[in-house]
Amino acid sequence: MSPNAYVLLGAVLFGIGAAGLLIRRSPLVMFMCIELMLNAVNVTFVAFSKMLNDVGGQVVVFFVLVVAAAEVVVGLGIIVAVMRRRSGISADDLSLMKG
Amino acid sequence: MFATSLVQTLTFAIAAMICVTGALGVVALRNPVHNALSLVATLFGVAVLFIAQEAYFLAAIQVIVYAGAIVVLFLFVIMLLGVDRAESFAAERHPLGLAVGGILGGGVMVLAAVTLFAGVDTATGRRSTVGALAPSDDLNRIGRALFTEYAFAFELTSLLLTIAVLGAVLLSRRASGPPIDLDEFPAEEPDADAEEVEA
Repeated sequence: MSPNAYVLLGAVLFGIGAAGLLIRRSPLVMFMCIELMLNAVNVTFVAFSKMLNDVGGQVVVFFVLVVAAAEVVVGLGIIVAVMRRRSGISADDLSLMKG
Repeated sequence: MFATSLVQTLTFAIAAMICVTGALGVVALRNPVHNALSLVATLFGVAVLFIAQEAYFLAAIQVIVYAGAIVVLFLFVIMLLGVDRAESFAAERHPLGLAVGGILGGGVMVLAAVTLFAGVDTATGRRSTVGALAPSDDLNRIGRALFTEYAFAFELTSLLLTIAVLGAVLLSRRASGPPIDLDEFPAEEPDADAEEVEA
């Protein structure tokens, strides 16, 4: 398969994730959409890594995975902390956090 | 030669279909548990695509870390908070968000289509600077790059993980005092807490 197909797929996944991030209002689902976008970028990185025959792309995917894990841990911690005080909260209510 | 190419094309088509279907499920389904399971489908599809591109180590990591750990964490939080019921999708449908989301998503896809039809062979023109790929030896190559070329970034990663763990512990500590009313925001104490965590 040519890298073009992978790049196209990555862009489609990124587009779906970005649209979902803006459309959905549940913080949990928004986080899942962010994971989608990160995965789309990973697909693109691996495709370019193969195309350029460079291991650097795969190393970057490794770093993206670490960042995604850290982001999920902190994000879910925030969601749990907020939801414990007030359940059924949406992202619109969370705008109060922006000091 | 033709058979190999056919198998590759079929693998890509099926995996891509699984990915896109799962992604649409994440965005469109109403039950958070269904969203999480759709996310698993997408992550597995991406893992298959990694294998198709001979990134075996990343495929294993993808399944173990993403599908194994992150999605389980999502499901755990969903069950913990008891939000595993369908939400009213209509209530959270904002016209502005829909418009911006549609424009952005569509724009990215158009950009991708331009890339596809332009038929560029190399995106940047740069060639290997870190090291060549070796499908049978990819773990070795990644490790070598990680601890030489990217050693500083690797150390920063460990710092990031430490901060994330500390932040998660701080955030999930049960705050004393009665639950506060949202209308009273911003109160003094929760704000000070939030500042501290952010810093």
